[in-house]
Amino acid sequence: MSLVLSLISQPSQSLRHKLLLLPWGLVVIVTGLAAIGIAMLLSASGGNFDPWALKQIIRFAVGFALMITVAVTNIKFWLRTAWLIYGVGLFLLVAVKLQGSVEMGAQRWLDLGIMKLQPSELMKLGFVLVVARYVDSRGADFSGRLLSLVVPIFLLLLPISLIIIQPDLGTAVIFVIATFLLLFVAGLSWRIIGTLSAMVTVAAPFAWHFLHDYQKERILVFLDPSRDPLGTGYNIIQSKIALGSGGLTGKGYMLGTQSHLNFLPEKQTDFIFTMLGEEFGLLGGLALLLIYAVLFVYGFSIATRAASRFGRLVALGVTFFLFLNVFVNVAMVMGMIPAKGVPLPFVSYGGSSLVVMMIGIGLMMCVWVHKDVRLGPGGVE
Amino acid sequence: MKFFRRFRRRTLFGRNSFSKSNASSGFFGSPSSRPRRSRRGTNFVTARDGMREEQFTRRAIMIGGFQALLFSSLAARLFYLSVIDSSRYSTLADVNRVGLKLLIPPRGRIFDRYGEKLAINRLNYRVMLVREQAGDVAATLDALSLLIEVTDSDRQRVLHEIENKRSFVPVMVRENLNWEEVSRVELNVPDLPGLTIDVGQLRHFPHTFAVGHILGYVGAVSESDQAALGGDDPLLELPDFRIGKNGVERYYDPQLRGTAGASRIEVNSVGRAVRELSRIEAVPGHDLQLNIDIGLQEYGNLLVGDQSASVVLMDVKSGGILTMISAPAFDPNVFSSGVSPQVWNELISNPKHPLTNKSTSGLYAPGSTFKIVTAMAGLENGAITESTEMACPGHYDLGDSRFHCWRRGGHGIVNLQRALKESCDVFFYETARRVGIDKLGETARKFGFGKAVGIDMPSERGGLVPTRNWKQANYGIQWMQGDSVTAGIGQSFLQVTPLQLAVMMARLVNGGKAVTPRLKRQLIPNQAKNGGASPNHIGKEMVGQYDALKSTKISEADKAGGQFADLGFDPNHVQAVMRGLIAATNEPNGTAYAARITDAGMEMGGKTGSAQVRRISKYERERGIRPQESIPWEQRDNALFVAFAPIDAPRYACSVVVEHGIHGSWAAPIARDLLRQAMLRDKLLAGLGHEQPTPNNDGDDANPKPVTPPVAAPAPAFSPPISAPNGNDAVE
Repeated sequence: MSLVLSLISQPSQSLRHKLLLLPWGLVVIVTGLAAIGIAMLLSASGGNFDPWALKQIIRFAVGFALMITVAVTNIKFWLRTAWLIYGVGLFLLVAVKLQGSVEMGAQRWLDLGIMKLQPSELMKLGFVLVVARYVDSRGADFSGRLLSLVVPIFLLLLPISLIIIQPDLGTAVIFVIATFLLLFVAGLSWRIIGTLSAMVTVAAPFAWHFLHDYQKERILVFLDPSRDPLGTGYNIIQSKIALGSGGLTGKGYMLGTQSHLNFLPEKQTDFIFTMLGEEFGLLGGLALLLIYAVLFVYGFSIATRAASRFGRLVALGVTFFLFLNVFVNVAMVMGMIPAKGVPLPFVSYGGSSLVVMMIGIGLMMCVWVHKDVRLGPGGVE
Repeated sequence: MKFFRRFRRRTLFGRNSFSKSNASSGFFGSPSSRPRRSRRGTNFVTARDGMREEQFTRRAIMIGGFQALLFSSLAARLFYLSVIDSSRYSTLADVNRVGLKLLIPPRGRIFDRYGEKLAINRLNYRVMLVREQAGDVAATLDALSLLIEVTDSDRQRVLHEIENKRSFVPVMVRENLNWEEVSRVELNVPDLPGLTIDVGQLRHFPHTFAVGHILGYVGAVSESDQAALGGDDPLLELPDFRIGKNGVERYYDPQLRGTAGASRIEVNSVGRAVRELSRIEAVPGHDLQLNIDIGLQEYGNLLVGDQSASVVLMDVKSGGILTMISAPAFDPNVFSSGVSPQVWNELISNPKHPLTNKSTSGLYAPGSTFKIVTAMAGLENGAITESTEMACPGHYDLGDSRFHCWRRGGHGIVNLQRALKESCDVFFYETARRVGIDKLGETARKFGFGKAVGIDMPSERGGLVPTRNWKQANYGIQWMQGDSVTAGIGQSFLQVTPLQLAVMMARLVNGGKAVTPRLKRQLIPNQAKNGGASPNHIGKEMVGQYDALKSTKISEADKAGGQFADLGFDPNHVQAVMRGLIAATNEPNGTAYAARITDAGMEMGGKTGSAQVRRISKYERERGIRPQESIPWEQRDNALFVAFAPIDAPRYACSVVVEHGIHGSWAAPIARDLLRQAMLRDKLLAGLGHEQPTPNNDGDDANPKPVTPPVAAPAPAFSPPISAPNGNDAVE
């Protein structure tokens, strides 16, 4: 109720003020990444806006609007609705299990009529918000106690168990690592870190048993790609051929043979980096990585400048998820880690990923705009 | 690091305004003061809080550093892939993308000595079906069967092949369509999605049965072919490719085959051709001109009729084979498009062995035709002279054994000429005994017996000239004088091919030159077509090659064979034997007098022979020998005849073997008519001033589009050539 009241009571001149405060460099970076992605999608379809590029442009427009809206929203709103967003995310994850569409052997998408939603993407934001809020609410006595880990781990287990059964191992792993990183910067004591590490080491062999066969196979094929050169290993081999044959400057825009002759699978989604590498070479690939690096530095800089603990954790959480997505995707297409269905943020074709990641950037910008706002535990100053 | 430190300082500065409590709870709101109580009760700034902030920054920097490290590893990996290992991956990308499609060269054609076509490439119209365009394959086949015949077996095969091939790979439905069927399908193509008419090549032999044994046939490459041919030619790997399987097609296969062209095509991941990158045209095989005179060959076939026989006619100086008949024959065309099981079974179960080339692979006891060798051996070794006389009482006794002369009453006193003329066995029994098997065998080998004479054709057999060691090794008993005696009349383990008989005749009458039989007259190279030329263009170029066929004068080509080794026979001895052979065909009482040539200047000389295929038992002999006509066909004697003509300047040698033809005089008329015809044709040509008939090019040649029909012919294993069992007894 008070939320609605505050909405009405806000004077609008401060909105202009906030817009002026927005980190426009970040907007340029995100727009640039999306533009690169759209250019590669054009190439993937041989210069046609159908079937990917046009849709991606529309999604970018929607995402852009949401990003700015989120950025200028009062950070307290996000602190308060953290649990709600987390809850909605959890609900959608259950819904996708019950009636989601099955694509490529995994049940990840929820058909909302206008678009297909991937709840696990939305959950990334809900999770960051709720962990940030929890740690913030724990105040000073968070770091030292093993007990204070119970809630975050519980908050983690709920979504990832739903994600694992989709099955989407890659995203689940990203969640686990992101959680650890968040708790680490939140001030987890080294003693607890040591204890946790020991527990994970002991639990790993048991976890192996709960993996799906295809997940085990992916790990085994990663360790030995010749195990299945035409099956699971095929994608990676073709991806490495594409990147390697690109050389220093690439084969030229729309001239990648591996991608245009369909040797490269899923070139518009998971393997879009490969396509970029084939057509623009090492220089193109490094340029893209550099843009991401600038984006992450932005994330860290915003986090370290924010006065509130909630804001710092949200900014870092979003940065961690972005980083992990980029790293897992790029490392995967270069054959450094097992194959996973992880998209390249802002570049890969896919509505949920693009829009959710842009909302994430919106949150980051929101933290920047409200960097001097001090929030007490529970959103009280 | 400096970067982060700066942030940290500014963050610490920012804390100064902390106590002002300016956080707002409004939605788009600026700070408003709506103090609320903390749920957990405490919102004091403690010393620990400051420490926590420092710790946060420190840890964020730690993670940032770690992430920078990970990112560097990505960059390093990318560098490694696209710079260090780039060439390897570039190669792999090309291996992926570039497919090599071989272009099948048109097979060289085969002509006879006058340029008549013996083997050509014909257009083969085929209906092809592409699944991805057809949609419903069964419905399309139904629609097609309303227009042309589609048998159930065709249908089953198509449905089966479609399953196993990629959707864009065409599958052959029917081939060898006639023009009417082609037009019917073409007209309805709009209503037959996925069906196209495709033109391939089919080896065609216009003279069918007449050339079967000489040319052999073509068929798909079998595994054993690949091993035999070395397998380094990539063409051999192609399922559509055909190679020579027998005869000249096999022997000259490397020359007839041509060189594969190649088309480098860009293919996508499922193998579909996207575009052609470059193209090297195929080089057609050499055209081959044979010494065969197809007119004479067909005439010989008429003479032979439906008997099981072999006829060889060769030029005694050049060794050129003008006629080589093995009857019955097969039609090589049935193999070109794949032989049906019924036809195949008929061919292999025929008791007359139509698949065996009897001229080069049929082994027979030479019978009395071998007396020519015995006579030469006797003269050359001084065992007899031309004037040596012997008494023939009708039999010849050696120790306890008695050898019979074919004339029961005997010939009385005979010399060499009369012995050859009347084929007296006793004279040659004694001659052979005097010469002995060693010298007799030596002379036989000089005449070309005992091993393959080396005609340009595969699977020629060498026959057998027995030696003492051979008998010891194979029978475990010593060579007996009686063996030598019967060898003198062409029995006693001797085995020869009809070709060897013709070669023997030629080597005698050409003055003792070791002539070798040749089917090939010349090979005429073809040019690769230039890039961009139409398929018809090749056709024209190949027509141009006829000039080469015409340019070589026959007389020159024949003279070219003059340099054969001399066998060292005394010309007087050769003349003496030839006089005997001339007497046998031209004087009354001669064994082949009835078959003489009466045209002046064309007279022939010859020697009859017959060889029994079963032993005559003593019991039978005592009961009286049954007339041959009354015993079953396969037990009757083989009839042989060797001849040469004309007698004053021998030009042609001829051998005729009629299986189970009873007596040589049955074979002689064939040789007579054929030799006469050969000489008449020469005269005709001389009258025309060596003008050769214009090769008729009525356009039934395939335009040599480098494709061959995909029908696989079974690789037939030939039944072993028949060899007539040789008896020890003389019957003439």
